[in-house]
Amino acid sequence: MPSPADLKYTKEHEWVRVEGTIGTVGITDYAQDQLGDIVFVDLPAAGATVSQLQKFGEIESVKAVSELYSPVTGEVTEVNTNLAERPELVNDSPYGEGWMLRIRLSDPAEIEKLLSAAEYDEFIAQGEA
Amino acid sequence: MPRGRQVSSPHPYIPNTDDDRRTILDAVGAGSIDELFADIPGEFRIGGLELPPAVSELDLTREMSDLAARNVAAGNGVASFLGGGSYRHFIPSTVAHVVGRSEYYTAYTPYQPEISQGTLQTMFELQSMTCELMEMDVSNAGMYDGASALAEACLMACRVTRRSRVAVHSSVNPAYLAVVRTYAAGPGLAVDVVDSGELTSDHACLAVQQPAFLGELIDAWSLSEAAHSAGALFVAVADPISIGMLAPPGDYGADIAVAEGQSLGWAVNFGGPYLGLFACRQQYVRQLPGRIVGRTTDLEGRTGYVLTMQTREQHIRRERATSNICTSQQLVGLAATVYLTTVGKQGLRQIAEACYHKAHYAARLIDGLDGYSVELGRLSFKEFVVRCPRAVAEINRTLLERGIIGGLDVSDQIENGMLVCVTEMNSREEIVGLARALAEVAR
Repeated sequence: MPSPADLKYTKEHEWVRVEGTIGTVGITDYAQDQLGDIVFVDLPAAGATVSQLQKFGEIESVKAVSELYSPVTGEVTEVNTNLAERPELVNDSPYGEGWMLRIRLSDPAEIEKLLSAAEYDEFIAQGEA
Repeated sequence: MPRGRQVSSPHPYIPNTDDDRRTILDAVGAGSIDELFADIPGEFRIGGLELPPAVSELDLTREMSDLAARNVAAGNGVASFLGGGSYRHFIPSTVAHVVGRSEYYTAYTPYQPEISQGTLQTMFELQSMTCELMEMDVSNAGMYDGASALAEACLMACRVTRRSRVAVHSSVNPAYLAVVRTYAAGPGLAVDVVDSGELTSDHACLAVQQPAFLGELIDAWSLSEAAHSAGALFVAVADPISIGMLAPPGDYGADIAVAEGQSLGWAVNFGGPYLGLFACRQQYVRQLPGRIVGRTTDLEGRTGYVLTMQTREQHIRRERATSNICTSQQLVGLAATVYLTTVGKQGLRQIAEACYHKAHYAARLIDGLDGYSVELGRLSFKEFVVRCPRAVAEINRTLLERGIIGGLDVSDQIENGMLVCVTEMNSREEIVGLARALAEVAR
Protein backbone atom coordinates (compact mmCIF):
# COMPACT_ATOMS: atom_id res chain seq x y z
CA MET A 1 0.00 0.00 0.00
CA PRO A 2 1.47 3.40 -0.92
CA SER A 3 2.44 5.74 1.92
CA PRO A 4 0.13 8.74 2.53
CA ALA A 5 0.94 11.44 -0.02
CA ASP A 6 0.47 14.38 2.35
CA LEU A 7 3.37 13.38 4.63
CA LYS A 8 7.16 13.74 4.41
CA TYR A 9 9.51 10.90 5.36
CA THR A 10 13.00 10.12 6.63
CA LYS A 11 15.18 7.18 5.61
CA GLU A 12 14.95 6.15 9.28
CA HIS A 13 11.22 5.53 8.72
CA GLU A 14 9.67 8.47 10.54
CA TRP A 15 7.00 10.70 9.00
CA VAL A 16 5.99 14.32 9.62
CA ARG A 17 2.69 16.05 8.83
CA VAL A 18 3.19 19.81 8.61
CA GLU A 19 0.22 22.03 9.47
CA GLY A 20 1.23 25.70 9.70
CA THR A 21 4.26 25.86 11.99
CA ILE A 22 3.51 22.57 13.74
CA GLY A 23 4.82 19.21 12.58
CA THR A 24 3.26 15.97 13.85
CA VAL A 25 5.71 13.07 13.95
CA GLY A 26 5.34 9.29 13.98
CA ILE A 27 6.80 6.14 12.43
CA THR A 28 5.68 4.63 9.14
CA ASP A 29 3.46 1.63 8.56
CA TYR A 30 6.49 -0.16 7.08
CA ALA A 31 8.49 0.52 10.27
CA GLN A 32 5.80 -0.74 12.64
CA ASP A 33 5.38 -3.84 10.49
CA GLN A 34 9.13 -4.53 10.59
CA LEU A 35 9.35 -3.98 14.35
CA GLY A 36 6.41 -6.19 15.24
CA ASP A 37 4.38 -5.74 18.42
CA ILE A 38 5.37 -2.45 20.06
CA VAL A 39 5.64 -2.71 23.85
CA PHE A 40 7.17 0.61 24.89
CA VAL A 41 7.87 4.05 23.46
CA ASP A 42 10.32 6.38 25.23
CA LEU A 43 9.62 9.99 24.25
CA PRO A 44 11.04 13.35 25.35
CA ALA A 45 8.96 15.67 27.54
CA ALA A 46 7.08 18.66 26.14
CA GLY A 47 9.44 21.64 26.05
CA ALA A 48 12.44 19.59 24.94
CA THR A 49 14.18 20.57 21.73
CA VAL A 50 14.86 18.07 18.98
CA SER A 51 17.04 18.34 15.88
CA GLN A 52 16.54 17.07 12.37
CA LEU A 53 17.77 13.49 11.95
CA GLN A 54 18.97 13.40 15.57
CA LYS A 55 17.74 10.83 18.06
CA PHE A 56 14.67 11.89 20.05
CA GLY A 57 13.63 8.64 21.70
CA GLU A 58 13.46 4.87 21.58
CA ILE A 59 10.87 2.37 20.49
CA GLU A 60 10.81 -1.17 21.84
CA SER A 61 9.06 -4.12 20.26
CA VAL A 62 9.08 -7.74 21.32
CA LYS A 63 12.00 -8.18 18.91
CA ALA A 64 14.20 -5.10 19.27
CA VAL A 65 14.81 -1.65 20.64
CA SER A 66 15.33 1.02 17.98
CA GLU A 67 16.19 4.69 17.98
CA LEU A 68 13.70 7.30 16.86
CA TYR A 69 15.00 10.19 14.73
CA SER A 70 13.26 13.50 14.36
CA PRO A 71 12.36 14.57 10.81
CA VAL A 72 12.49 18.25 11.85
CA THR A 73 14.19 20.68 14.23
CA GLY A 74 12.17 22.50 16.86
CA GLU A 75 10.55 22.50 20.28
CA VAL A 76 8.28 19.67 21.38
CA THR A 77 4.87 21.21 22.08
CA GLU A 78 2.91 18.03 22.73
CA VAL A 79 3.60 14.35 23.42
CA ASN A 80 1.19 11.49 22.76
CA THR A 81 0.79 10.35 26.36
CA ASN A 82 -1.65 7.62 25.29
CA LEU A 83 1.33 5.59 24.08
CA ALA A 84 2.49 5.05 27.67
CA GLU A 85 -0.53 2.86 28.38
CA ARG A 86 -1.28 1.75 24.83
CA PRO A 87 1.96 1.47 22.80
CA GLU A 88 0.08 -0.86 20.41
CA LEU A 89 -1.54 2.24 18.91
CA VAL A 90 1.67 2.58 16.89
CA ASN A 91 0.91 -0.80 15.30
CA ASP A 92 -2.80 -0.23 14.88
CA SER A 93 -2.72 3.32 13.57
CA PRO A 94 0.81 4.48 12.66
CA TYR A 95 -0.39 7.62 10.83
CA GLY A 96 -3.28 8.41 13.21
CA GLU A 97 -3.62 7.61 16.90
CA GLY A 98 -0.07 6.25 16.95
CA TRP A 99 1.50 9.72 16.45
CA MET A 100 4.34 10.56 18.86
CA LEU A 101 5.27 14.25 18.99
CA ARG A 102 4.06 17.65 17.89
CA ILE A 103 7.00 19.95 17.18
CA ARG A 104 7.06 23.70 16.56
CA LEU A 105 9.27 23.95 13.47
CA SER A 106 12.21 26.29 13.87
CA ASP A 107 13.24 25.93 10.23
CA PRO A 108 10.35 25.06 7.85
CA ALA A 109 12.81 24.94 4.92
CA GLU A 110 14.19 21.70 6.38
CA ILE A 111 11.12 19.89 5.07
CA GLU A 112 12.62 20.05 1.58
CA LYS A 113 15.40 17.68 2.70
CA LEU A 114 12.87 14.93 3.49
CA LEU A 115 11.50 12.28 1.14
CA SER A 116 8.12 12.50 -0.57
CA ALA A 117 5.75 9.54 -0.26
CA ALA A 118 6.77 8.28 -3.72
CA GLU A 119 10.48 8.62 -2.89
CA TYR A 120 10.00 6.84 0.44
CA ASP A 121 8.06 3.98 -1.19
CA GLU A 122 10.84 3.59 -3.73
CA PHE A 123 13.42 3.67 -0.91
CA ILE A 124 11.76 0.82 0.99
CA ALA A 125 11.17 -1.13 -2.22
CA GLN A 126 14.93 -0.97 -2.90
CA GLY A 127 15.64 -2.15 0.63
CA GLU A 128 13.31 -5.12 0.15
CA ALA A 129 14.85 -6.10 -3.18
CA MET B 1 42.08 -34.04 22.18
CA PRO B 2 40.03 -36.14 19.78
CA ARG B 3 41.40 -39.63 19.40
CA GLY B 4 42.99 -40.50 16.11
CA ARG B 5 43.65 -36.96 14.98
CA GLN B 6 47.19 -36.63 13.62
CA VAL B 7 48.74 -33.23 14.19
CA SER B 8 52.27 -31.98 13.99
CA SER B 9 51.72 -29.54 16.82
CA PRO B 10 54.47 -28.67 19.30
CA HIS B 11 51.96 -28.84 22.15
CA PRO B 12 49.20 -31.38 22.82
CA TYR B 13 46.68 -28.70 23.85
CA ILE B 14 47.21 -26.39 20.87
CA PRO B 15 45.52 -28.21 18.03
CA ASN B 16 46.48 -26.07 15.03
CA THR B 17 49.32 -27.35 12.87
CA ASP B 18 52.25 -25.48 11.31
CA ASP B 19 50.26 -25.44 8.06
CA ASP B 20 47.20 -24.04 9.87
CA ARG B 21 49.30 -21.26 11.36
CA ARG B 22 50.88 -20.48 8.00
CA THR B 23 47.43 -20.21 6.39
CA ILE B 24 46.14 -17.92 9.17
CA LEU B 25 49.23 -15.68 9.02
CA ASP B 26 48.93 -15.42 5.23
CA ALA B 27 45.25 -14.54 5.53
CA VAL B 28 45.93 -11.63 7.91
CA GLY B 29 49.04 -10.56 6.05
CA ALA B 30 51.62 -11.21 8.76
CA GLY B 31 54.93 -12.87 7.92
CA SER B 32 55.46 -14.50 11.32
CA ILE B 33 53.98 -14.84 14.82
CA ASP B 34 56.37 -12.11 16.01
CA GLU B 35 55.12 -9.79 13.31
CA LEU B 36 51.52 -10.55 14.31
CA PHE B 37 52.22 -9.34 17.85
CA ALA B 38 54.42 -6.41 16.81
CA ASP B 39 51.90 -3.92 18.27
CA ILE B 40 52.58 -5.15 21.81
CA PRO B 41 55.56 -3.22 23.23
CA GLY B 42 58.52 -5.42 24.09
CA GLU B 43 58.49 -4.42 27.76
CA PHE B 44 55.09 -6.09 28.17
CA ARG B 45 56.13 -9.38 26.58
CA ILE B 46 57.38 -12.39 28.45
CA GLY B 47 60.55 -13.49 26.73
CA GLY B 48 59.79 -17.20 26.90
CA LEU B 49 58.48 -18.91 30.03
CA GLU B 50 61.10 -20.70 32.10
CA LEU B 51 59.06 -23.73 33.03
CA PRO B 52 60.35 -26.84 34.77
CA PRO B 53 60.00 -30.14 32.90
CA ALA B 54 56.62 -31.86 32.99
CA VAL B 55 55.94 -34.02 36.05
CA SER B 56 53.52 -36.84 36.79
CA GLU B 57 50.02 -36.17 38.11
CA LEU B 58 51.05 -37.53 41.52
CA ASP B 59 54.07 -35.24 41.76
CA LEU B 60 52.04 -32.30 40.56
CA THR B 61 49.32 -32.95 43.16
CA ARG B 62 51.99 -33.05 45.89
CA GLU B 63 53.48 -29.78 44.70
CA MET B 64 50.12 -28.03 44.57
CA SER B 65 49.20 -29.39 48.02
CA ASP B 66 52.46 -28.01 49.42
CA LEU B 67 51.70 -24.64 47.89
CA ALA B 68 48.15 -24.68 49.25
CA ALA B 69 49.46 -25.54 52.71
CA ARG B 70 51.24 -22.18 52.78
CA ASN B 71 47.87 -20.39 52.88
CA VAL B 72 46.41 -19.37 56.20
CA ALA B 73 42.65 -19.77 56.14
CA ALA B 74 40.14 -18.78 58.77
CA GLY B 75 38.73 -21.64 60.82
CA ASN B 76 40.45 -24.69 62.35
CA GLY B 77 41.97 -22.63 65.12
CA VAL B 78 42.65 -19.52 63.04
CA ALA B 79 40.48 -16.52 63.96
CA SER B 80 39.76 -13.86 61.35
CA PHE B 81 38.81 -10.24 61.91
CA LEU B 82 39.20 -9.25 58.28
CA GLY B 83 36.27 -7.61 56.48
CA GLY B 84 36.19 -4.47 54.38
CA GLY B 85 33.90 -5.88 51.70
CA SER B 86 34.23 -9.68 52.00
CA TYR B 87 32.66 -11.20 55.06
CA ARG B 88 32.87 -14.50 56.83
CA HIS B 89 29.42 -15.65 57.87
CA PHE B 90 28.10 -19.07 58.70
CA ILE B 91 27.05 -21.11 55.66
CA PRO B 92 24.27 -23.60 56.40
CA SER B 93 24.89 -27.07 54.95
CA THR B 94 21.76 -26.74 52.79
CA VAL B 95 23.69 -24.36 50.55
CA ALA B 96 26.38 -26.83 49.45
CA HIS B 97 23.80 -29.60 49.03
CA VAL B 98 21.69 -27.61 46.59
CA VAL B 99 24.49 -25.74 44.79
CA GLY B 100 26.40 -29.00 44.29
CA ARG B 101 23.58 -30.71 42.42
CA SER B 102 24.62 -31.44 38.86
CA GLU B 103 21.33 -30.05 37.48
CA TYR B 104 22.46 -26.61 38.62
CA TYR B 105 26.15 -27.07 38.08
CA THR B 106 26.37 -24.93 35.02
CA ALA B 107 26.77 -21.28 35.81
CA TYR B 108 25.92 -20.15 32.34
CA THR B 109 22.83 -18.28 31.28
CA PRO B 110 19.89 -20.50 30.42
CA TYR B 111 18.63 -18.95 27.22
CA GLN B 112 16.31 -21.85 26.48
CA PRO B 113 13.33 -21.81 28.83
CA GLU B 114 12.11 -25.16 27.49
CA ILE B 115 15.01 -26.92 29.20
CA SER B 116 15.81 -24.52 32.06
CA GLN B 117 12.67 -24.03 34.14
CA GLY B 118 14.34 -25.05 37.41
CA THR B 119 17.29 -22.69 37.03
CA LEU B 120 15.10 -19.85 35.81
CA GLN B 121 12.78 -20.29 38.78
CA THR B 122 15.68 -20.06 41.26
CA MET B 123 16.79 -16.84 39.53
CA PHE B 124 13.26 -15.47 39.78
CA GLU B 125 13.23 -16.36 43.49
CA LEU B 126 16.56 -14.56 44.03
CA GLN B 127 15.17 -11.46 42.30
CA SER B 128 12.05 -11.60 44.49
CA MET B 129 14.14 -11.97 47.67
CA THR B 130 16.48 -9.16 46.61
CA CYS B 131 13.46 -6.89 46.20
CA GLU B 132 12.01 -7.90 49.55
CA LEU B 133 15.33 -7.46 51.31
CA MET B 134 16.09 -4.06 49.78
CA GLU B 135 12.43 -2.92 49.70
CA MET B 136 12.76 -2.17 46.00
CA ASP B 137 10.40 -2.91 43.09
CA VAL B 138 12.49 -4.82 40.56
CA SER B 139 15.77 -6.70 40.56
CA ASN B 140 17.93 -8.24 37.86
CA ALA B 141 19.36 -11.75 37.99
CA GLY B 142 22.71 -10.61 39.43
CA MET B 143 25.92 -8.81 38.49
CA TYR B 144 29.60 -9.82 38.82
CA ASP B 145 30.05 -8.42 42.33
CA GLY B 146 29.10 -5.49 44.55
CA ALA B 147 31.69 -3.14 43.05
CA SER B 148 30.67 -3.70 39.42
CA ALA B 149 27.01 -3.49 40.48
CA LEU B 150 27.71 -0.01 41.86
CA ALA B 151 29.52 0.98 38.67
CA GLU B 152 26.58 -0.26 36.59
CA ALA B 153 24.22 1.70 38.86
CA CYS B 154 26.20 4.88 38.13
CA LEU B 155 26.04 4.23 34.36
CA MET B 156 22.32 3.54 34.66
CA ALA B 157 21.77 6.81 36.56
CA CYS B 158 23.50 8.65 33.72
CA ARG B 159 21.17 7.01 31.17
CA VAL B 160 18.07 7.80 33.23
CA THR B 161 18.95 11.44 33.93
CA ARG B 162 20.85 12.05 30.67
CA ARG B 163 23.62 13.59 32.78
CA SER B 164 27.31 12.70 32.77
CA ARG B 165 28.71 13.34 36.28
CA VAL B 166 28.63 10.86 39.10
CA ALA B 167 29.00 11.78 42.79
CA VAL B 168 30.40 9.06 45.03
CA HIS B 169 30.12 9.71 48.76
CA SER B 170 33.17 9.24 50.98
CA SER B 171 31.30 6.41 52.77
CA VAL B 172 31.84 4.13 49.76
CA ASN B 173 34.51 1.39 49.80
CA PRO B 174 37.65 2.77 48.03
CA ALA B 175 37.89 -0.44 45.97
CA TYR B 176 34.33 0.17 44.72
CA LEU B 177 35.26 3.75 43.86
CA ALA B 178 38.19 2.46 41.80
CA VAL B 179 35.84 0.18 39.84
CA VAL B 180 33.41 3.08 39.27
CA ARG B 181 36.31 5.12 37.88
CA THR B 182 37.25 2.26 35.54
CA TYR B 183 33.70 1.92 34.23
CA ALA B 184 33.36 5.71 33.88
CA ALA B 185 36.53 6.06 31.81
CA GLY B 186 35.15 4.48 28.63
CA PRO B 187 31.98 6.57 28.24
CA GLY B 188 33.86 9.63 29.54
CA LEU B 189 31.83 10.24 32.70
CA ALA B 190 33.22 12.45 35.44
CA VAL B 191 33.47 10.98 38.96
CA ASP B 192 33.48 13.30 41.98
CA VAL B 193 34.09 12.16 45.54
CA VAL B 194 31.88 14.15 47.92
CA ASP B 195 31.58 14.44 51.70
CA SER B 196 28.09 15.89 51.71
CA GLY B 197 24.96 15.93 49.60
CA GLU B 198 25.91 19.16 47.85
CA LEU B 199 25.45 18.29 44.19
CA THR B 200 25.24 20.32 41.02
CA SER B 201 22.56 20.10 38.34
CA ASP B 202 24.80 17.94 36.17
CA HIS B 203 25.17 15.11 38.69
CA ALA B 204 23.32 11.97 37.64
CA CYS B 205 23.46 10.34 41.05
CA LEU B 206 24.80 10.34 44.57
CA ALA B 207 26.15 6.93 45.60
CA VAL B 208 26.51 6.14 49.30
CA GLN B 209 27.35 3.08 51.38
CA GLN B 210 25.34 2.13 54.45
CA PRO B 211 26.94 1.27 56.85
CA ALA B 212 29.95 3.24 55.60
CA PHE B 213 33.21 1.51 54.66
CA LEU B 214 34.72 2.49 58.03
CA GLY B 215 31.72 1.10 59.89
CA GLU B 216 29.64 4.10 60.89
CA LEU B 217 26.06 4.88 59.95
CA ILE B 218 25.55 7.76 57.56
CA ASP B 219 22.48 10.01 57.49
CA ALA B 220 21.06 8.31 54.42
CA TRP B 221 17.67 10.05 54.67
CA SER B 222 19.22 13.55 54.39
CA LEU B 223 21.61 12.52 51.64
CA SER B 224 18.75 10.95 49.72
CA GLU B 225 16.72 14.16 49.95
CA ALA B 226 19.74 16.18 48.84
CA ALA B 227 20.23 13.96 45.79
CA HIS B 228 16.59 14.17 44.80
CA SER B 229 16.43 17.94 45.18
CA ALA B 230 19.34 18.16 42.72
CA GLY B 231 17.37 16.00 40.28
CA ALA B 232 19.82 13.13 40.76
CA LEU B 233 19.15 9.51 41.58
CA PHE B 234 20.10 8.15 44.99
CA VAL B 235 22.18 4.96 44.82
CA ALA B 236 22.77 2.89 47.94
CA VAL B 237 25.36 0.17 48.55
CA ALA B 238 24.04 -1.97 51.39
CA ASP B 239 25.39 -4.87 53.45
CA PRO B 240 22.66 -7.48 52.95
CA ILE B 241 23.22 -9.02 56.40
CA SER B 242 22.91 -5.60 58.06
CA ILE B 243 19.40 -5.28 56.65
CA GLY B 244 18.40 -7.90 59.19
CA MET B 245 18.37 -5.04 61.70
CA LEU B 246 19.01 -1.76 59.85
CA ALA B 247 16.66 0.12 57.49
CA PRO B 248 16.74 -1.18 53.91
CA PRO B 249 17.64 1.13 50.98
CA GLY B 250 14.01 1.45 49.88
CA ASP B 251 13.18 2.91 53.27
CA TYR B 252 15.59 5.83 52.87
CA GLY B 253 14.63 6.67 49.32
CA ALA B 254 17.13 4.77 47.20
CA ASP B 255 16.30 4.72 43.48
CA ILE B 256 18.89 2.01 42.87
CA ALA B 257 20.15 -0.39 45.54
CA VAL B 258 23.16 -2.65 45.12
CA ALA B 259 24.96 -5.08 47.39
CA GLU B 260 27.73 -7.63 47.51
CA GLY B 261 25.94 -10.96 47.80
CA GLN B 262 28.98 -12.96 48.95
CA SER B 263 27.89 -12.68 52.60
CA LEU B 264 24.82 -14.75 51.74
CA GLY B 265 26.10 -18.30 51.72
CA TRP B 266 29.39 -17.92 49.85
CA ALA B 267 32.86 -18.31 51.36
CA VAL B 268 35.40 -15.50 51.45
CA ASN B 269 37.88 -16.10 48.64
CA PHE B 270 40.45 -14.18 46.73
CA GLY B 271 39.39 -13.29 43.20
CA GLY B 272 35.80 -14.46 43.18
CA PRO B 273 33.38 -15.42 41.85
CA TYR B 274 31.21 -13.12 43.92
CA LEU B 275 27.68 -11.85 43.34
CA GLY B 276 26.32 -8.38 42.74
CA LEU B 277 22.74 -7.74 43.83
CA PHE B 278 21.00 -4.99 41.88
CA ALA B 279 17.49 -3.58 42.35
CA CYS B 280 15.68 -0.39 41.39
CA ARG B 281 12.35 1.41 41.25
CA GLN B 282 9.80 0.13 38.74
CA GLN B 283 9.92 3.34 36.69
CA TYR B 284 13.57 2.68 35.75
CA VAL B 285 13.15 -0.98 34.79
CA ARG B 286 13.96 -0.37 31.11
CA GLN B 287 17.39 0.97 32.06
CA LEU B 288 18.14 -1.92 34.42
CA PRO B 289 21.39 -3.62 33.28
CA GLY B 290 21.80 -7.35 32.86
CA ARG B 291 19.30 -10.15 32.68
CA ILE B 292 15.86 -10.28 34.18
CA VAL B 293 13.83 -13.44 34.65
CA GLY B 294 10.09 -13.00 34.33
CA ARG B 295 7.20 -15.22 35.33
CA THR B 296 4.56 -15.85 32.71
CA THR B 297 2.05 -18.46 31.60
CA ASP B 298 2.30 -20.84 28.67
CA LEU B 299 -0.42 -21.63 26.10
CA GLU B 300 -2.07 -24.03 28.53
CA GLY B 301 -2.10 -21.49 31.33
CA ARG B 302 0.72 -23.08 33.33
CA THR B 303 3.28 -20.94 35.18
CA GLY B 304 6.60 -20.66 33.39
CA TYR B 305 9.80 -18.62 33.65
CA VAL B 306 11.66 -16.86 30.84
CA LEU B 307 14.41 -14.31 30.35
CA THR B 308 12.52 -11.11 29.72
CA MET B 309 13.31 -7.69 28.23
CA GLN B 310 16.21 -9.20 26.29
CA THR B 311 15.79 -6.51 23.64
CA ARG B 312 18.01 -4.30 25.82
CA GLU B 313 20.80 -6.87 26.10
CA GLN B 314 23.96 -6.92 24.05
CA HIS B 315 23.20 -10.01 21.97
CA ILE B 316 20.35 -8.04 20.39
CA ARG B 317 21.26 -4.40 20.89
CA ARG B 318 25.03 -4.62 20.51
CA GLU B 319 26.84 -1.44 21.55
CA ARG B 320 23.64 0.32 22.64
CA ALA B 321 22.80 -2.37 25.20
CA THR B 322 22.17 -1.31 28.80
CA SER B 323 25.21 -3.32 29.91
CA ASN B 324 28.01 -5.45 28.51
CA ILE B 325 27.78 -7.99 31.35
CA CYS B 326 28.36 -11.48 29.95
CA THR B 327 28.93 -14.00 32.67
CA SER B 328 26.00 -15.20 34.70
CA GLN B 329 26.67 -15.39 38.43
CA GLN B 330 23.88 -17.90 38.68
CA LEU B 331 25.69 -20.48 40.82
CA VAL B 332 26.61 -17.87 43.45
CA GLY B 333 23.10 -16.48 43.07
CA LEU B 334 21.71 -19.92 43.81
CA ALA B 335 23.79 -20.06 47.00
CA ALA B 336 22.33 -16.71 48.08
CA THR B 337 18.84 -17.95 47.26
CA VAL B 338 19.27 -21.11 49.36
CA TYR B 339 20.93 -19.11 52.14
CA LEU B 340 18.11 -16.58 52.43
CA THR B 341 15.51 -19.34 52.19
CA THR B 342 17.25 -21.29 54.96
CA VAL B 343 17.79 -18.46 57.45
CA GLY B 344 14.55 -16.60 56.71
CA LYS B 345 13.60 -13.17 57.98
CA GLN B 346 13.97 -14.05 61.65
CA GLY B 347 17.29 -15.82 61.12
CA LEU B 348 18.73 -12.86 59.23
CA ARG B 349 17.75 -10.62 62.12
CA GLN B 350 19.41 -12.95 64.64
CA ILE B 351 22.61 -13.12 62.57
CA ALA B 352 22.70 -9.32 62.26
CA GLU B 353 22.15 -8.90 65.99
CA ALA B 354 24.86 -11.42 66.83
CA CYS B 355 27.31 -9.44 64.66
CA TYR B 356 26.22 -6.19 66.29
CA HIS B 357 26.62 -7.40 69.87
CA LYS B 358 29.89 -9.23 69.28
CA ALA B 359 31.36 -6.23 67.45
CA HIS B 360 30.39 -3.95 70.34
CA TYR B 361 31.87 -6.35 72.85
CA ALA B 362 35.14 -6.47 70.88
CA ALA B 363 35.25 -2.69 70.40
CA ARG B 364 34.82 -1.99 74.14
CA LEU B 365 37.45 -4.56 75.01
CA ILE B 366 40.00 -3.12 72.57
CA ASP B 367 39.19 0.50 73.48
CA GLY B 368 40.11 -0.41 77.07
CA LEU B 369 43.64 -1.51 76.08
CA ASP B 370 46.61 0.79 76.63
CA GLY B 371 47.62 2.46 73.38
CA TYR B 372 44.45 1.54 71.46
CA SER B 373 41.32 3.58 70.92
CA VAL B 374 38.00 3.05 69.21
CA GLU B 375 35.41 5.74 68.56
CA LEU B 376 32.65 3.68 70.10
CA GLY B 377 29.92 6.12 69.05
CA ARG B 378 30.68 5.50 65.38
CA LEU B 379 30.22 1.74 65.57
CA SER B 380 26.92 0.81 63.97
CA PHE B 381 27.08 -2.79 62.91
CA LYS B 382 29.98 -5.22 62.59
CA GLU B 383 33.05 -3.11 61.67
CA PHE B 384 34.99 -0.41 63.47
CA VAL B 385 38.31 1.40 63.21
CA VAL B 386 40.94 0.80 65.87
CA ARG B 387 43.72 3.38 66.24
CA CYS B 388 46.79 1.35 67.01
CA PRO B 389 50.00 2.34 68.79
CA ARG B 390 52.15 1.01 65.94
CA ALA B 391 52.03 0.35 62.21
CA VAL B 392 49.10 -1.97 61.41
CA ALA B 393 51.18 -4.11 59.03
CA GLU B 394 53.62 -4.90 61.87
CA ILE B 395 50.84 -5.70 64.30
CA ASN B 396 49.13 -7.96 61.77
CA ARG B 397 52.34 -9.89 61.17
CA THR B 398 52.61 -10.62 64.88
CA LEU B 399 48.92 -11.52 65.13
CA LEU B 400 49.28 -13.98 62.27
CA GLU B 401 52.08 -15.77 64.15
CA ARG B 402 49.50 -16.31 66.91
CA GLY B 403 46.87 -17.69 64.55
CA ILE B 404 44.89 -14.47 64.24
CA ILE B 405 44.13 -12.75 60.93
CA GLY B 406 43.95 -9.10 61.95
CA GLY B 407 41.78 -6.33 60.56
CA LEU B 408 42.20 -4.45 57.30
CA ASP B 409 45.01 -1.90 57.23
CA VAL B 410 43.34 1.47 56.57
CA SER B 411 46.32 3.59 57.61
CA ASP B 412 46.12 5.32 54.22
CA GLN B 413 42.91 6.90 55.56
CA ILE B 414 43.45 6.97 59.33
CA GLU B 415 46.85 7.03 61.03
CA ASN B 416 47.66 3.51 62.27
CA GLY B 417 44.03 2.62 61.58
CA MET B 418 42.90 -1.00 61.54
CA LEU B 419 39.38 -1.83 60.30
CA VAL B 420 38.25 -4.70 62.50
CA CYS B 421 35.31 -6.89 61.47
CA VAL B 422 33.44 -9.13 63.90
CA THR B 423 30.72 -11.52 62.79
CA GLU B 424 28.74 -14.34 64.36
CA MET B 425 31.67 -16.61 63.38
CA ASN B 426 33.95 -15.01 66.00
CA SER B 427 33.57 -16.74 69.36
CA ARG B 428 33.97 -14.94 72.66
CA GLU B 429 37.30 -16.78 73.09
CA GLU B 430 38.53 -15.49 69.73
CA ILE B 431 37.59 -11.90 70.63
CA VAL B 432 39.32 -12.13 74.03
CA GLY B 433 42.30 -13.72 72.30
CA LEU B 434 42.50 -10.80 69.86
CA ALA B 435 42.42 -8.25 72.70
CA ARG B 436 45.10 -10.15 74.61
CA ALA B 437 47.33 -10.40 71.56
CA LEU B 438 46.89 -6.71 70.76
CA ALA B 439 47.84 -5.78 74.34
CA GLU B 440 50.99 -7.88 74.13
CA VAL B 441 51.95 -6.43 70.74
CA ALA B 442 51.68 -2.91 72.17
CA ARG B 443 54.16 -3.56 74.96
